[in-house]
Amino acid sequence: MKRMLFGSALALVLGAQAQAASRDAIHIVGSSTVYPFATVVAEHFGRATRFKTPRIESTGSGGGMKLFCAGVGVNHPDITNASRRIKKSEFAKCQANGVKEIVEIKIGYDGIAIANSRKAPRFDLSRKDLFLALARQVPDPAAPESGKLVPNPYRTWKQVNPSLPDVRIEVLGPPPTSGTRDAFAELAMEGGCKQFAWIKALKHQNKKRYKAICHAIREDGPYIEAGENDNLIVKKLVANPRALGIFGYSYLEQNADQLQGSLVDGVAPEFELIADGSYPVSRPLFFYVKKAHVGRIPGIREYLAEFTSEKAWGDDGYLVDKGLIPMPEEERRAFAKAARELTPLAL
Amino acid sequence: MSKKKNKPLVKRRAIREAVLHGLARRRRRDRLLRLAGIGAIVLGLSFLAVMLVSLVSLGKSAFWQTHIRLELTLDPARLDPQGNGSQASLAAGDYAGVIKQALRARFPEVRKRREKRELYRLVSSGAAWALRDQVVADPELLGQRRAFWLLADDEVDQWFKHGEAGGVRLSERQRHWLESLRAEGAIDTFFNWAFFRNGDSREPELAGIRGALAGSFYALLVTLALSLPLGVAAAIYLEEFAPRNRWTDFVEVNINNLAAVPSIVFGLLGLAVFLNFLDLPRSAPLVGGLVLTLMTLPTIIITGRAALKAVPPSIREAALGIGASRMQTVFHHVLPQALPGMLTGTIIGMAQALGETAPLLMIGMVAFIVDVPQGFTDPATVLPVQIYLWADSPERAFMERTAAAILVLLLFLVLMNLVAILLRRRFEKRW
Repeated sequence: MKRMLFGSALALVLGAQAQAASRDAIHIVGSSTVYPFATVVAEHFGRATRFKTPRIESTGSGGGMKLFCAGVGVNHPDITNASRRIKKSEFAKCQANGVKEIVEIKIGYDGIAIANSRKAPRFDLSRKDLFLALARQVPDPAAPESGKLVPNPYRTWKQVNPSLPDVRIEVLGPPPTSGTRDAFAELAMEGGCKQFAWIKALKHQNKKRYKAICHAIREDGPYIEAGENDNLIVKKLVANPRALGIFGYSYLEQNADQLQGSLVDGVAPEFELIADGSYPVSRPLFFYVKKAHVGRIPGIREYLAEFTSEKAWGDDGYLVDKGLIPMPEEERRAFAKAARELTPLAL
Repeated sequence: MSKKKNKPLVKRRAIREAVLHGLARRRRRDRLLRLAGIGAIVLGLSFLAVMLVSLVSLGKSAFWQTHIRLELTLDPARLDPQGNGSQASLAAGDYAGVIKQALRARFPEVRKRREKRELYRLVSSGAAWALRDQVVADPELLGQRRAFWLLADDEVDQWFKHGEAGGVRLSERQRHWLESLRAEGAIDTFFNWAFFRNGDSREPELAGIRGALAGSFYALLVTLALSLPLGVAAAIYLEEFAPRNRWTDFVEVNINNLAAVPSIVFGLLGLAVFLNFLDLPRSAPLVGGLVLTLMTLPTIIITGRAALKAVPPSIREAALGIGASRMQTVFHHVLPQALPGMLTGTIIGMAQALGETAPLLMIGMVAFIVDVPQGFTDPATVLPVQIYLWADSPERAFMERTAAAILVLLLFLVLMNLVAILLRRRFEKRW
């Protein structure tokens, strides 16, 4: 009996290997921010065409790139989603592993909301306020332009900016592994950070130090890492009206009855304001296609066509229903063309 | 003098008093201990009750799904584009168009493009697919005009179930239309079969647990088929045949150690061995089952050895005494007595494996998979992973589905543990 079991296990393994030699469904990995959009497209694609529904793993932008760049062949993913652009180092790694031609498609924008409970008054923040409230080190409050840094002394919003309420700083946000955190650091923190002339000057002299000052978030309590789950942050904000939370715009939209987005530099996180670029904390979303797999894995071309169609990413498309902020029409047309012609990316 | 004389008397009385006094104290302590024990159980049970009540109150509405009744005209010109009534032709029909037309007919005052789009959004995108399946299965429907209950969008569903607190994203106009539908009884809830029939979906009203259940089933089948024979064989060898020396001590320490290793480590091992070295497919229940086997094996070996140890040596001696070989002794006499305990351990190990997500993260089973897996190598996910994915979705309607899926998972765990207890009750021998 044992021999039989062993035999059948072996047969299973061999059968699996034979099957792995060809794959009939698209395999997608990457950002958890793009995941809600890519999955909707995949589902529409699976229903409307004769192809199987793509399998999508939410691995984070960096993890997705790592898998994507590991090589060419059925055991490697065909597409990776990213909530930031591919890095030079990642591109080089792709090249080194034989993933020569990569097609870059930008799909739209995602706003990052800084929100609190509707039970509390709405915040009107500037990026500078956010930087001062959340950075690990800030310029000495006594002489901000002296070039001297001190560990963040601020405990309440009023200390940061006298026009803000006298409430303890308490911000729930994503952990360092999250793309949302990277984008927040880059767009909000850095945006506020470079309003100090001497830090801005650093950017060209000592880029490393500049980044270390602008992107480091304090670890002494006021910034609370709340995990990757944005729903959790939403629940905690409802329970604690004094806290602010940082998460993607689609979660704010879904919970608009309980939460309100703070104004950043006087602009509210609203659909139109993010779409026209006036809301400062928004980032582009991408996906990358392995050109070598087009034609070898069935359906990639058709999946691209579905994603870049107006009924998906257009102003009235189904992705907009899910919270994606669409690109301007001209940009859409350019990327739809890139998807049709599979124009490879050059960095 | 009197002191000396009285002393024993006093002492005797003191002892009696002390005993009486101490007795009360000892009884009090006894009672306290018992109360503390009961208190601990009550506290534990009340935590369980709070969890269950909150899950049930949150999840029960997921078992019902809102539908909207509409008068549809199944126009052959739209639904049978080739005009021959063949399956292919019917499948290519414009079912969404038919539903849109019916919505426009029901609310003729809607003219503007923007308003129309809002109107169309009341009905789920899945309604057209369901209608297509219905017509393909029964072509007689073509050309008829009759009322259909169509699946409503998740926002409408939430609005209908939870009132104003539900459909947050519905506009004033949409609420107005829904009120008028409700007034004529054209909106109602039905049992949510889709929840048990469908795979995952990004539309909450279409999402179901069938894919995850099938994935869990295949993965657990692999786990059972591998870990039960391996675990039982290892336990028998170590308990009945292995010599007691440093080497077996070393093996035992390692097995006990493995039982306590965090499960994510098995995932990493699976990634390195099964995916990178053996080239098995990612996201397959086969690999999931292999990884879970690694995880449950120590549990099964340890409980198996305990069950074998519980069989009294007299049984072995008696068998050996009448001339049975070592193998006959084990398989004819010891193993049958130990089997119920071993099975109990196996079932508890399986229940653990059923609730596990961490090791599956590494081998790609945390993924969005719509198609229900049909075999061991199809991409699949498992029930706890499905719960995790839904808990992370922005749509409000996924919250109740998360709770409902947890209830289903709990049901399976309770069933498995119940079987374990029944097995023990039924076959266990007391010595």
